[in-house]
Amino acid sequence: MSFSFNSDNEKHFADLLPRYPHPKALVLPCLWMAQYQEGYISADAMDYIAKRLDIPQAHLYGVITFYTMFTLEPVATYHIQVCKTLSCELCGKGEIIRSIEETLGISVNESTPDNRFKLTEVECLGACGGAPMLSLNEEYHENLTVEKTKALLQRLAR
Amino acid sequence: MITRIVSKNFEIPNSHTLAVAKANGVYESIDKAFTQPSYVIETEIENSGLRGKGGGGAPAGAKWCLATRAQEMDQTSAKSYLVVNADESEPGTFKDRQIMEFDPHLLIEGMMLTCYAIGAHDAYIYIRGEYKFFADRLNKAIQEAYDDGLLGKKVKGFDYRLDITVHRGAGAYICGEKSALIESLEGNRGHPRLKPHKPSPEYYFGAPTLVNNIETIATVPYIVTNGAAAYRQYGTEKSPGTLLFGLSGHINKPGIYEMAFGESMQAFIDTIGGGVKNGKKLKAVIPGGASTPILNAQEVKEARLDYESMKEIGSALGTGGMIIMDEDTCMVSALKNLLSFYHHESCGQCTPCREGTAWVDGIIANILNKKAKADDLELLSDISKTMNGKTICVFAPAVAMVIDGFILRFRDEFEAYIQKSLGEADA
Repeated sequence: MSFSFNSDNEKHFADLLPRYPHPKALVLPCLWMAQYQEGYISADAMDYIAKRLDIPQAHLYGVITFYTMFTLEPVATYHIQVCKTLSCELCGKGEIIRSIEETLGISVNESTPDNRFKLTEVECLGACGGAPMLSLNEEYHENLTVEKTKALLQRLAR
Repeated sequence: MITRIVSKNFEIPNSHTLAVAKANGVYESIDKAFTQPSYVIETEIENSGLRGKGGGGAPAGAKWCLATRAQEMDQTSAKSYLVVNADESEPGTFKDRQIMEFDPHLLIEGMMLTCYAIGAHDAYIYIRGEYKFFADRLNKAIQEAYDDGLLGKKVKGFDYRLDITVHRGAGAYICGEKSALIESLEGNRGHPRLKPHKPSPEYYFGAPTLVNNIETIATVPYIVTNGAAAYRQYGTEKSPGTLLFGLSGHINKPGIYEMAFGESMQAFIDTIGGGVKNGKKLKAVIPGGASTPILNAQEVKEARLDYESMKEIGSALGTGGMIIMDEDTCMVSALKNLLSFYHHESCGQCTPCREGTAWVDGIIANILNKKAKADDLELLSDISKTMNGKTICVFAPAVAMVIDGFILRFRDEFEAYIQKSLGEADA
């Protein structure tokens, strides 16, 4: 088995364990730790977590595939997720998507060939007052305009 | 119109830090509360008429009693838990994040009081995975509270242990449903649980558990400090107090504004919201998150923002997060947007919901793409009948109400689209 928690995650695991009535409660925290450590959840990481928490791998697989934020494959360096739900659509999400597509030369659900950027549309991110908005990796960018979006992409491309 | 109870410190610089929070009165209720028996808080909350602010509006006091009574009756379970629902995912709703961003210590204070009232020593804040910034901010505030002796083995020096843990979700709308949230917190897929036939608390690993929305918990310190009567001076008889109302969509000043219940929706949109964007006319408002039936401009004029009035006009107050739509909005596209959302977010447990959300989404897509059939609207209402009241949780009934609301109020637009499809087919 080639995966094990790094020292930070090991410490975090030890801190969390006594806080819950049952180790199984640590499924989501462990998956997050593994995903941060490797960029995605590898088969080895799944095997490792299943053993640590004494639960079947199949259960873990079911959990991972239920939640949209967990990924079983590596993702591009910059994952751009544009909110597509109603308030953002009313406030011009379409324009934002088009400007990203034009700038990066990719369509929704595609990555650039160098795997630096990936563009996806996602359901409501709970930032309706700042519509239209996108989440860059885990950082919210709200009240977007086409200009702001292009400036953001230029900054990242450097 | 603005009444600041929960949001009173929001605009103070650095309000999220412990020093500023303390200077502005946060944690002042603890000494008073912890020197009294725990039932005093529970009684005060019951008398205040505080209603759950996550969308349902159920009386908070009664819900608290369920958790404490279940613990008293079942002597084998020595524990009970408090879970704060910060899984804010309802489209149009973005109020709870304001509390986490600007006054996390108010939430911690509320949790201390609530835990003491129901006898819980472990509390969890279940926050949606996408809210990384807010989770970090909460964690920092909680660490500050530990370092200051407010949390831990002895809460503020009192002989009471309390630990608060932030638990991140990972992107699933349904985990805002309280029993799905508990499932997720137990390390499972977020599938809602079957509800018993009588009122009951939730059970976390078998122990009675209270699940409340962030804003509900953040209201508790005000009531404990100022008393039930002070809270009741705001709002209406049956909907006392305030709510963080939200405005988004075609509106000049989108944002979160705290108001007492019972205000006029039109006045709220016109004065505080600054009216519809670009001087256009109002066409429709979704009043309290995507899952509440839409209102047309005429109904908005009469609408008052409290639970009872909204129910009377055939909708619901929900979370108070309003989505404003101007005269140029295409209602078929708007409904398509929402149905794609529900299609994506159905947890897949019950057949009417899993299959139904996909089916209605497909039908609306056909209507938009000029592939509609003459009886599509009848089919839609037929499917919505099958989805309503036949599933484990209220997700499918909400979708049914959304569909019915749109078609009832904007039938012309849907029929016009269908006519276009039929015309193309003939040609």
